[in-house]
Amino acid sequence: MIKFLFQRDTWQEVYDSVTKNKLRTAITMVGVWWGILLLIALLGAARGMENSFNRLFGDFATNSVFVWGQSTSMPFKGFQEGKQVRLKLSHVNKIKDNVEGVEFVVPRNRNQGLVARNFLSGTYGIDGDYPLLDQVQKKKMMKGRFINQNDINENKKVAVISEDIFKQLFDKDENPIGAYIQMNSINFTVIGVFQNGNVNMGPTSDIHIPFSTFQQLYNQGDKIGWIVITGKPEYNIKQIEEDTKLLLRNLNKIHPRDKRAFGSFNLGKEFKKITGFLTGMQFLTWFVGISTLIAGVFAIGNILLITVKERTKEIGVRRALGATPFEIKRQIVVEAVFLTMTSGLLGIISGGWILIVIDLVWGQGDDATLVNASVSISIIFVALIILVILGTLIGLIPAFKATSVKPIEALREE
Amino acid sequence: MLKIQKLHKSYPIGDSSLHVLKGIDLSVEKGEMVAIMGSSGSGKSTLLNIIGMLDEADEGDYILDEVPIKNLTEKKAAVYRNKFLGFIFQSFNLINYKNALENVALPLYYQGLKRKKRQEKAKFHLEKVGLLDWATHLPSELSGGQKQRVAIARALASEPKLLLADEPTGALDTTTSYDIMAFLQQLNDEGKTILIVTHEEDIAAMCKRIVRLKDGVIMEDNVVQQVRAEAHV
Repeated sequence: MIKFLFQRDTWQEVYDSVTKNKLRTAITMVGVWWGILLLIALLGAARGMENSFNRLFGDFATNSVFVWGQSTSMPFKGFQEGKQVRLKLSHVNKIKDNVEGVEFVVPRNRNQGLVARNFLSGTYGIDGDYPLLDQVQKKKMMKGRFINQNDINENKKVAVISEDIFKQLFDKDENPIGAYIQMNSINFTVIGVFQNGNVNMGPTSDIHIPFSTFQQLYNQGDKIGWIVITGKPEYNIKQIEEDTKLLLRNLNKIHPRDKRAFGSFNLGKEFKKITGFLTGMQFLTWFVGISTLIAGVFAIGNILLITVKERTKEIGVRRALGATPFEIKRQIVVEAVFLTMTSGLLGIISGGWILIVIDLVWGQGDDATLVNASVSISIIFVALIILVILGTLIGLIPAFKATSVKPIEALREE
Repeated sequence: MLKIQKLHKSYPIGDSSLHVLKGIDLSVEKGEMVAIMGSSGSGKSTLLNIIGMLDEADEGDYILDEVPIKNLTEKKAAVYRNKFLGFIFQSFNLINYKNALENVALPLYYQGLKRKKRQEKAKFHLEKVGLLDWATHLPSELSGGQKQRVAIARALASEPKLLLADEPTGALDTTTSYDIMAFLQQLNDEGKTILIVTHEEDIAAMCKRIVRLKDGVIMEDNVVQQVRAEAHV
């Protein structure tokens, strides 16, 4: 059988029969060609959309939750309701040690403040942060660096500013690194400029200074504004949120069912909605693509069936000359597979062209809607294998039809 | 070489059945040239089809070259047809998208011969029928007589023991018919056994023996003085 596929005669026969009627062959192939083209184009576009979402959210650890203190809604252990709750630095390690599945716990502080340089000034958000923040919200540094542990240890008066602030406080071609800006009448050295991402979770960040410096600057003691908790990928972020809040209620002598005491924003949950939508899209793409493909393969089967009917006499002659039913069937199946494969390959190639066009139109620049619209090679292989299998199966129908007629009846047909 | 005894064949027609062959006894020796005659409905085509293993008898024995032909699978029948028999049809039955040479080479393809060997053999037989110059022409570019010659070359290609011709001159004019008959006679002179189904007396007269069928039985079976076709061309 394998040898048969490498014989020149086999392909000569296929070539003869498909070129005998070019129009019929062309129409036959359009079905499968269109199916696989749609599949490739749709899958590529869906991937492009997924990529662009990933690019938007890529700077964030998406399985994270923000938690902050509010005020109690229930009296508990002698405290009346309405007690103000603040997170403390000591909570951070307790969360890390006691809540299962936590990867990072990042305490953050924030204040509004007047920032001045020479005669220019503005009111901006000032964040007190640890270097760890860079792990959960990747900072794209344009110049310089982010805060490091040394800055924290020595309470250095350094600042990392956003691109916007750089534009507002500096001249275009000025080098901001090493320059001074004033906050609360204290000079800070600029050590880095970062680019704000396309999507912001929570308030826009303007200026980051070392956490310890922030504590001193605003007399915060060990109080924290809010914490960012990221979960390990295999853990459910919803559960981590619940566990953390329960732990915090215990630590702060708050009623275990007090819902108001701690506020939170679950980024993971929000992100899941989007990824769920994307998964749905991909499913739809596969569904549409495969359905079209199957319809195309059926079209090939249909045409081959008609062809076989047309060729009844020829098949009769061949059998009179000594072709076994198996040889006849094999020939028809090879024809079917050849047609599906060729049109499939053409479909893949033209699908690729469509993806190139998509990339040129929607895939360029920073705010591209479809980033790197593409289909992986393994999907192509799977599609080809499916095509071969479908082609074989669909070829079997006309093949059996061809040999079900006795040669004598086939010959009698005029 | 060919032995048929008490052969019966009937076809179902609705609830009843049509008894086409009612006990045929026939034996053909090597080198004979036999005409099977009869009006339409006499069963001559059915007989030829059974001899050609395209159809199977209901009853009776059929022995071809000492091989009993009975209860053949389709595959076996195909192999026997290829090995023992060469078919010549009234309507030539050439494959219209293959050229003359490819048509002649087709039975050799099913014999599993190598491409080169096939080409060689096909060319040899095409030369034998005098059409080597037409090897690359499609059937549509050939005249009726030429087509039948290609068909004969194809029938000869597998070097069969028995040539079966079903109204080989039915679609040809008289001159061409005699031309074809002259060629078949020449093959017979070389030792080929030939069976011709015809309803034309002059064609039958060019054979060495005439078997007349009527209503499914053999009415007459005579050895005749062969009329040479060359004299008429």
